[in-house]
Amino acid sequence: MVRLCGHCCAQRAVLRRPKTAEQLCRECFYAALEEEVHQTIVGARLFRPGERVAVAASGGKDSTVLAHMLTTLNARYNYGLDLFLLSIDEGISGYRDDSLETVKRNEETYKIPLHVFSYKDLYGWTMDEIVREIGTRSNCTFCGVFRRQALDRGAALVKADKIATGHNADDVAETVLLNIIRGDVPRLGRCANIVTGEDSPLPRVKPFKYTYEKEIVMYAYFKKLDYFSTECIYAPYAARGFAREFVKDLEAARPRAIVDLIRSAEQFRVPGLDGVGNAAAAAALPQPGNCERCGYISSQAGSACLWEIIPS
Amino acid sequence: MELLFGNQKTVEADIPVSNGGQLTVAEAMAWARDNLLTERPELFMKGSSVRPGVLVLVNDTDWELCGELEAEVAEGDRVTFISTLHGG
Ligand SMILES: [Zn+2]
Repeated sequence: MVRLCGHCCAQRAVLRRPKTAEQLCRECFYAALEEEVHQTIVGARLFRPGERVAVAASGGKDSTVLAHMLTTLNARYNYGLDLFLLSIDEGISGYRDDSLETVKRNEETYKIPLHVFSYKDLYGWTMDEIVREIGTRSNCTFCGVFRRQALDRGAALVKADKIATGHNADDVAETVLLNIIRGDVPRLGRCANIVTGEDSPLPRVKPFKYTYEKEIVMYAYFKKLDYFSTECIYAPYAARGFAREFVKDLEAARPRAIVDLIRSAEQFRVPGLDGVGNAAAAAALPQPGNCERCGYISSQAGSACLWEIIPS
Repeated sequence: MELLFGNQKTVEADIPVSNGGQLTVAEAMAWARDNLLTERPELFMKGSSVRPGVLVLVNDTDWELCGELEAEVAEGDRVTFISTLHGG
């Protein structure tokens, strides 16, 4: 049974879009997804002409599709962006060294420069060395915090104006749920923002905030993009836990659920944030502070970040 | 996904058809789980269907367009499973 594309009515449909239930052929799907991301970028004014934008590149599906899309749209719509790839080498043999090979091939394919910063350069140790010290318990949490910070440092060193990350709609919906479950009100108020750190020297933007993971993977699959899909050796089956699973179950029951979760989080108004509420409400919120040891921002004033665990 | 299937990317399989009928994706999937899967079946299937977050294509077409579990497969057809659950 062959179904025709609901848009051009000429080619065979190859997928059903989760958000709209449209059935599209390959070409119409590429065009629809690219246009949607372009509208997100333009609508939220994510970039300004002449900006130097670091595309956070892990070699995985999201960042590979992001590099592909941003270079395509930059050329098609003359954004005037100076794009480059920024990768972090955590020092995980058999995982990051292989995925970095993928990023190096992306550098060739998309003709944008690649900068790699390693934990070894920035911090003096590799993730392999850390795991040897502390074991694999909680190492993903540490690694995630260090990677985030390493991206900031690396981007600053190569004078980026902004960092673009491959966070997709499923990731954002998952974060919204996690913040509700944890009762983390300040984070709930900002986790669905498309730009974070607006006032900081290095804002982060999420061009895929409304893009479903299914469509990113289908796009990469149909376009045969070269991405790396092996799991990290320290958490081969991590799979991001129950919140992720729950988001996927919701999507299976009702595909719009993901974008609905994001839209509702956008409506949250947290007293003390976004200029709503009064000073007392603002003061009652936990304030971020700087780590006593490294000076990097930590979630609570006066507390150390994760440096405490690192053998000196 | 390869990790679960003994690191193989593509597997050619001769799936026995029960009671002379038409093979469906549901049957092919259950057969793959019982005969090909080497690790962690819960990361592949949940109940009698695929685990949410695993995409299924029949001859490179989204299975949602072919009837999902009821989609018919015949000799030479290709069923693709893609996990979306790894990092990006
Ligand atoms: Zn079409």
